[in-house]
Amino acid sequence: MNNFTYTSATDTRSALKLLSESPDRNAVRFLAGGTNLVDLMREGIEQPQSIVDITRLPLAEVQELPDGGVRIGAMVRNSHLAAHAMIRGKYPLLAQAILMGASAQLRNMATTGGNLMQRTRCYYFYDRAAACNKRVPGSGCDAVEGFNRIHAILGTSPQCIATHPSDMCVALAALDASVNILGPSGERRVAFVDFHRLPGNTPEVDTNLLPGELITSIDLPPSSSGLHSAYRKVRDRASYAFALVSVAAALRVQDGVIRDVRLALGGVAHKPWRASLAEQSLMGRAATRENFAEAAAVELGPAIARRDNAFKVELAKRTIALVLSELATDDGGVR
Amino acid sequence: MKIPTAGHQTITLRVNGVERSLAIEPRVSLLDALRDHLGLPGTKKGCDQGACGACTVLVDGERINSCLALAIQYQGREIITIEGLAQTDGLHPMQLAFIEHDGFQCGYCTPGQICSAVGMLDELHNGMPSAVTKNGVDSIELTEAELRERMSGNLCRCGAYVGIRDAIQQVYGARKP
Repeated sequence: MNNFTYTSATDTRSALKLLSESPDRNAVRFLAGGTNLVDLMREGIEQPQSIVDITRLPLAEVQELPDGGVRIGAMVRNSHLAAHAMIRGKYPLLAQAILMGASAQLRNMATTGGNLMQRTRCYYFYDRAAACNKRVPGSGCDAVEGFNRIHAILGTSPQCIATHPSDMCVALAALDASVNILGPSGERRVAFVDFHRLPGNTPEVDTNLLPGELITSIDLPPSSSGLHSAYRKVRDRASYAFALVSVAAALRVQDGVIRDVRLALGGVAHKPWRASLAEQSLMGRAATRENFAEAAAVELGPAIARRDNAFKVELAKRTIALVLSELATDDGGVR
Repeated sequence: MKIPTAGHQTITLRVNGVERSLAIEPRVSLLDALRDHLGLPGTKKGCDQGACGACTVLVDGERINSCLALAIQYQGREIITIEGLAQTDGLHPMQLAFIEHDGFQCGYCTPGQICSAVGMLDELHNGMPSAVTKNGVDSIELTEAELRERMSGNLCRCGAYVGIRDAIQQVYGARKP
């Protein structure tokens, strides 16, 4: 690992100041739990000259908002968030998704903000001998013609077929969360689904967080009553593995008709994938297995499969239909 | 605000109840600090990338992977390693149970398994859910499914899982109210 200067920030303003005072903002990284960044530094993928430790910032609270929603501080650790009574009570989908990610040791270290900033686990991104447009823009993508069983099928570009690794973020995408950001020019808020980016021609840019900005918290809107939810993760072993496909779903059925549906997918795209096409096709329709399968097919219609990952198209369709059918059964709806 | 420096700097870590000063670079992991600088080689380096759990230690009672932790980040925290688990009157109950149930073969993953199991039983006791815990449950029983899920961050290449499981179940059973 290259050496670097280390500073521990005690308040958000001074953390931002440390960043803005640096001659090269790209050479500075905020360090939280370290579960991804330390690994990337050891592999030489990230080579910051300066580290600002933000784990001591006063951003570790889970607070109820006046509108009934919840604000989750960026430094709340994953294990604490998943165990929080309010989160388990009002947003079981989020707790479930977090607990399906990583291991207990990693969840004890990892933070909410850091989870959003995870980089892809694409092998070619990690292999400095391989071509990777995300690591070295313009160098090419060895995944496109390589071993691409774990890679993306939706929203890809010829430059990058990497996936976003998070489970927590898939639930946040389904829950209409938003991200609160502090930067040199003040605070701003970004809808969660607009926080991460598709690769396009700039796969080296994972998110819309600008240089010099810091995630301070995540807001969740009030939980809708009568919404049944579930997170289903399909992976190569039963625990402690990244998703091949995951589905975060919430559904409300009344008299057999779908009144509300939220659907997001993990393991299939460069960002947590909100399945808007499927949602649109389901609203107001009967909660039947046929309609769920049809909506899944609509969502996966634009999928582009590579040599090794064509199975993900069918796996995603079946998992979506299964999860929604089970939720509808809970709601007394499906035939 | 601390002054940033890139060279060696003196930090203080509290390990197994003792304050220890050491001069290290910021890039030194907690794992390397323990093993190479503090003479505590009980904590093991397996994968060095957070995948195997051999480096598990307890920080403020919670289990973490020390290979992904920078030592300099952990000043002022209560760090317990396998060397610090034993009490003055003998080995920790989890250590005794691993011996009794033959919860190892080569022994390399064992310190991490034991520290992890100790942290895991505290998490269970404190009502921390796992991926297989039903929502809304107040007291969590350590079923086979719970144990497998909660210990999935510790790999044993020898496959001593049956003995490891039995050892943890024995300590859990003895502690149950």
